[in-house]
Amino acid sequence: MNFSEVFKQTNQLCKVSPDGKYLVSGLPICTQTKYRLVVRDVSTLQILQLYTCLDQISHMEWSSDSLFILCAMYKRGLVQVWSLEQPDWHCKIDEGSIGLVSSRWSPDGRHILNTTEFHLRVTVWSLCTKAVSYIKYPKACQKGIDFSRDGCYMALAERRDCKDYVSVFVCDDWHLLRHFETETQDLAGLEWSPNGCVLAVWDSCLEYKVLLYSLDGRLLSTYSAYEWSLGVKSVTWSPSSQFLAIGSYDEKVRILNHITWKKITQFDHPAAINNTKAVVYKEVEKRPAVGSDDLSLHNITIGTTLFNTQSKYEICPLPVQIPVVKPDPDRANPKIGVSTLAFSSDSRYLATRNDNMTTVVWVWDMQKMNLEAVLEQTSAIRCFQWDPRRPRLALCTATTKLYLWSPAGCVSVQVPTEGGFQVQSLSWHCSGDSLILLGKEQLCLCYMDTDQDEK
Amino acid sequence: MPESSLVKDIHSSSTECRASPLRQFSQSSLPLHRNSYTLSTFCTEHNVQECLSHINQEMSSLGLPPVWTESASNSELNVVVVLNCMYDLIQLHRRGVRTLENMEVEQLKSSSNVDYLQLTSTRLKEQLELSKRENTGLLERERQLQLKVKSLQNLLKNEKEEVQKLQNIIASRASQYNHEMKRKEREFNKLKERLNQLLVDKKEKKQAIDVLNSIGRADGKRSLWKTEKTEAKHEGEMYKTLLSDYDTRQRELVLENAELRKVLQQMKKDMVSILSSRKQTLKGDKHEDCCIQADSEDEEEVFDSSTGSVDLYCVHAREKLTNSIRLQWRRLKSHVERLDSQASLAQIGESRNSDAVPRETHEEEMHRLKLEIQQCKDFIQTQQQLLQQLSSPCDEETASLLSDCFMLQEKERLREEWKTLEEQRKIFERERRNFTEAAIRLSHERKAFEEDRAMWLKHQFLNLSPFADSKKSQLSKSKSAFLIPAETQAGAGSAPEKLMKCPSDTTSPTHRCVPPTSPSTTDLCRTFCLISENSSTKPKTKTEHAEESSVFCNGNVPVQHKRWNNSKDHSSHTLTREKNSSI
Repeated sequence: MNFSEVFKQTNQLCKVSPDGKYLVSGLPICTQTKYRLVVRDVSTLQILQLYTCLDQISHMEWSSDSLFILCAMYKRGLVQVWSLEQPDWHCKIDEGSIGLVSSRWSPDGRHILNTTEFHLRVTVWSLCTKAVSYIKYPKACQKGIDFSRDGCYMALAERRDCKDYVSVFVCDDWHLLRHFETETQDLAGLEWSPNGCVLAVWDSCLEYKVLLYSLDGRLLSTYSAYEWSLGVKSVTWSPSSQFLAIGSYDEKVRILNHITWKKITQFDHPAAINNTKAVVYKEVEKRPAVGSDDLSLHNITIGTTLFNTQSKYEICPLPVQIPVVKPDPDRANPKIGVSTLAFSSDSRYLATRNDNMTTVVWVWDMQKMNLEAVLEQTSAIRCFQWDPRRPRLALCTATTKLYLWSPAGCVSVQVPTEGGFQVQSLSWHCSGDSLILLGKEQLCLCYMDTDQDEK
Repeated sequence: MPESSLVKDIHSSSTECRASPLRQFSQSSLPLHRNSYTLSTFCTEHNVQECLSHINQEMSSLGLPPVWTESASNSELNVVVVLNCMYDLIQLHRRGVRTLENMEVEQLKSSSNVDYLQLTSTRLKEQLELSKRENTGLLERERQLQLKVKSLQNLLKNEKEEVQKLQNIIASRASQYNHEMKRKEREFNKLKERLNQLLVDKKEKKQAIDVLNSIGRADGKRSLWKTEKTEAKHEGEMYKTLLSDYDTRQRELVLENAELRKVLQQMKKDMVSILSSRKQTLKGDKHEDCCIQADSEDEEEVFDSSTGSVDLYCVHAREKLTNSIRLQWRRLKSHVERLDSQASLAQIGESRNSDAVPRETHEEEMHRLKLEIQQCKDFIQTQQQLLQQLSSPCDEETASLLSDCFMLQEKERLREEWKTLEEQRKIFERERRNFTEAAIRLSHERKAFEEDRAMWLKHQFLNLSPFADSKKSQLSKSKSAFLIPAETQAGAGSAPEKLMKCPSDTTSPTHRCVPPTSPSTTDLCRTFCLISENSSTKPKTKTEHAEESSVFCNGNVPVQHKRWNNSKDHSSHTLTREKNSSI
């Protein structure tokens, strides 16, 4: 495993283009240069382009063909688009006084969808024809817009007359294909299945309700596990479209199948793990033993790692007690329940995080339908992501370490940089050969040893 | 005096009631029992009659025959009767003493019993008291608890009411909130509308797009006008994607179904085979259930009908298949259950007559064990043999085989070499013979020449003047004398050397005798070396012999392995047999 040198970035803005060739990141604000954007070659990390934006960038996104970069400045209601091929080409979209809260590319990379303040409407700007079209009544919710994986269809949650609707658009020409009312009290989100044929719609946390609609608007099935207490917290499709995983406030994940849409199994997240075949990895920190000879001036001046704690994983014998944070019952959105779900690219594993066990990631085997591994970290987990090619999970806990899990085992790697690079978030390169690690103000690439992990 | 009282107790019934005037005697009868000398005080010469009559009375009261009868004689006592009486009395006395002792023991026992009973009764009384107290305590507590329960029930009722009330409140509030929310949302929507309108109306800062030059579509096509046609196209595409999805899913399901059907068929086949075999065995069995007999006919039918129906997809066929499987499954289950019960019965039976069986089984066991021991011994022997033979480290089969190959090759090669060597040796022998012959001839010739020269010298000597000739002849003679021995010496010394070296000489005439097939000098060299090291060939042959022997033994190895394998097979056979037997 190798690490690149550290680059500065700002606002955690750092994205790799979909083709995996370029890396764009925001440059920190200096006195001379304002709000700059730098494009690097991923392989050499040399600067290819520099763009200067008008204001602080809030959101940045590559177009699907990796040719354009969208920079949204929500404070100013502005969107700027840069072309990688033609550096002097530019595009600026001003939403005016109507405001801007969200901006995104359409799947074809030629349209920009801006959501205005108060969710008054969605404006669709065409870069081809400069045409503008509006979609009224978008609903302000957890996930109100979703594009199908093939980029053909867009599902949009709407709210009209105190009722929830879903509109399905053809992305090609923004033709409204279907428009139907959903049986929800307060729709919270929608997501297409990866094959683009089923739309999962879920209600707000006040009611446990998941609805499954066919592309043509037919209601396929309704699922509700329980009533009254807080319900769905997160929903994720498996890449094979075979499973729908629903994480809820009762600290459970329920897996629905794609044929009968009934529950296959449910994964509990107990505080005491016993009598399972799962392996519990516990991160153990240990300060390096400092001998008297190590305390020479030389070592202190050079070794910043001297003050870094080493950590490694130990396999805990069962039963294991997991630290649980009791949520405050008086506050809204209690920190309890399964908020993050992620399937591995081969749909073999599911990683989950229960919000009142912040230091633990659970990995479930979807073939055996049981718990495969539990990773207990010393600090709260910030982010985890699966390798897009292999069953390999990377996670970070805002420390100077990077953690990797694979079915073969677990490893903790110190990021070998000076000045305490704390990994706040991470993302895989699409090839699965490298990782982009984001600190507070820095970024760093981590290269995997491809031949090593084949062993 | 407890004893006397006791005695009195015993005899009171007889003596006290009858002979009240003679109490004095009875009172004094105790010393009579004890000390015979006191008899004198009882009976004196004066009162013999009285005593007799008294005794008689006593005797009769005791139910004994009278000692003295007035009718017989006045003075004479019937001694026999007296003695009998005495004996009876003594017996009586003894019995009395014994019963007394028994009674005493009884008395002791009963008194201790009484003590014990008294003790227990007091204890029980105490316990009773205690439990009574406890009981009252418990009753009190129960009463309190009941009171508590009552109060709690009241509380619960109150709480329930409260809950109901609260639920009602919540429901009403929820509906109120919902209503309010809807109202607010409507208002909010109105506001949104208004805002939208205002923003649209507002001219000064309009939303705008500023593009340097518009770019082409990603697919390179031009955008199309929206028409009915495009709508239809979109619909079509949507349905197409849906259809394809359903198609793939259906295909998957068909595959899965086929797989399951295959499994079902397999299962069915297995079941049929099992059941049919069972049926055959059952038919021979006399204890066949009549119901099964009844079944067996339609069973047959099921077997026949279901064999071909698996591939058919119509509902009836499927139903038939599942039905037949279900039926067979039930049958199998019952069969297994019956087997189970039979097995358990057999087990019970076995355990019952386990005492009768063991001798045979023991014998069998012994026999088997003996066999095993024999086999083990065989193993050990073969292993020892093998170890002996494989003193060389190659004890593995493959290694031995390989070495076998090598040995055979080597042997072949060596044999060939040996043959050539033999040939060459023969040739050399011939050559040597030639040489010796030549040397003999040469020596003959030399001799002749010497003789000639001697003749010639003699002749010369005879021809010359005696003085000059003699000097000359002497000189020449000394010269020749010097020459000749040197020559002979050289001849003698070089002859064997020549003999040895001649083969290396290419121009030697003997070389022609060598067959033309081996003309190369290297070969010659080799052969020469071999010949010159003739003495060293002997150990070589020895080694060859050794190798041969080893080859031999290696050759033996596979055979022995085979034997071992055989024995192994044998053992496995026996093992399986054991298993069978154990089963």
